[in-house]
Amino acid sequence: MATSVKVYGPPISTAVSRVLACLHEKEVPYQLIPVNMAKGEHKKPEYLKIQPFGQVPAFEDEGFALFESRSICRYICEKYAKQGNKGLYGENPLAKASIDQWIEAESHGFGPPSSVLVFQLAFAPRMKLKQDQGAIRQNGEKLKKVLDVYEERLGESRFLAGDEFTLADLSHLPNTHYLVNSTDMGELFTERDNVGRWWSEISSRESWQKVVEMQKPA
Amino acid sequence: MVLKLHGLSVSTNTARVVACLHEKDVDFELVPVDLFARGNKEPSFLAKNPFGQIPVLEDGGITLFESRAITSYVAEKFKETGTDLIRHESFDEAALVKVWTEVESQQYHPAICPIIYEFFGKPVQGLEPDQAVIDANLEKLEKVLNVYEAKLSSTKYLAGDFYSLADLHHFPYTFYFMKTTWGSVISDRPHVKAWWDDITSRPALKKVAEGMTFGENQ
Repeated sequence: MATSVKVYGPPISTAVSRVLACLHEKEVPYQLIPVNMAKGEHKKPEYLKIQPFGQVPAFEDEGFALFESRSICRYICEKYAKQGNKGLYGENPLAKASIDQWIEAESHGFGPPSSVLVFQLAFAPRMKLKQDQGAIRQNGEKLKKVLDVYEERLGESRFLAGDEFTLADLSHLPNTHYLVNSTDMGELFTERDNVGRWWSEISSRESWQKVVEMQKPA
Repeated sequence: MVLKLHGLSVSTNTARVVACLHEKDVDFELVPVDLFARGNKEPSFLAKNPFGQIPVLEDGGITLFESRAITSYVAEKFKETGTDLIRHESFDEAALVKVWTEVESQQYHPAICPIIYEFFGKPVQGLEPDQAVIDANLEKLEKVLNVYEAKLSSTKYLAGDFYSLADLHHFPYTFYFMKTTWGSVISDRPHVKAWWDDITSRPALKKVAEGMTFGENQ
């Protein structure tokens, strides 16, 4: 069966994996097209045509090109609303607004410090780059403050936007996975009862387990 | 029932929502939050936004935080009135609006926000702006603006030949940025400058600007 959906980029990229998890939740078949970042493929003119910032992922559906993982996820949820996990982006405007609110919180509160920590602690050593201890300390403190808010929130509701798993929770999977599995920051999640319980639930979803498999070296 | 927006007219993120409400011709009540008296850390406010930040929107039974989630909600709820900010009649155009609102969120905002904080935020706390931080972020911002210059030479606005939420979201921080000494990074790029001049001539944005007096008459 020919599939019109194409995702460009390596599964180990946090932003690429966000899109893959969403495609799995919505049961949308896709083609994963490798981008050789070590060879600078993402900065070449042909790639810049579909992603002018030279980043991954890029995405195409029936020839229509999009980028920015969170907008790709929203697009997938709206275009394929009737299949897979129907409630992933809410089934009414109020549910959607609540989900958007927590995607923004992930985007602006959780994302920036956790991204720095993922890079510093999980990727820099692999790439033989020197770690910035100051940045690690500072962003660790920021992340703790965010997780304190999450701890309270997840004591009131099962998932971030309500009692069902949504795109808001999914958005957190990529960075948290690295922090819990590839660094010693995992305790920040596991030592908080509600956050720990939430992480355990969302990371054991089949859609995410499939991504984890794809991230393993061939 | 009139919408209630908790925030301050000088605040960038509040202004983002106010701009959207004006574009949609939606009535609202602005409820001031006294940040200097730490009103945003009072339990009654934290009950509305556990992150203790402005703005917060109350619409009947729903309470929302995160300015970009609020604008998205307002643009969709009132899609039949005022300016069409989300291109709700064209699925493809709507998807492109989502891409470029994410670009503002993920590429533009992280570069411009620290500059605004150093230039405006630090002095009111009696602190010296850190020129190294400003310089590093100006460099990032210029790289983003190079992409914008190319894009805006092929389309009149960011998501296409139509004004949208993607353009609106740039207004508050860029408005303050143009009061710094580095406004030339915008005005030296002809297509970016034309775009900025165009959007700031909109009545809705002129109205918001009237309240954005931070840094004046201290």
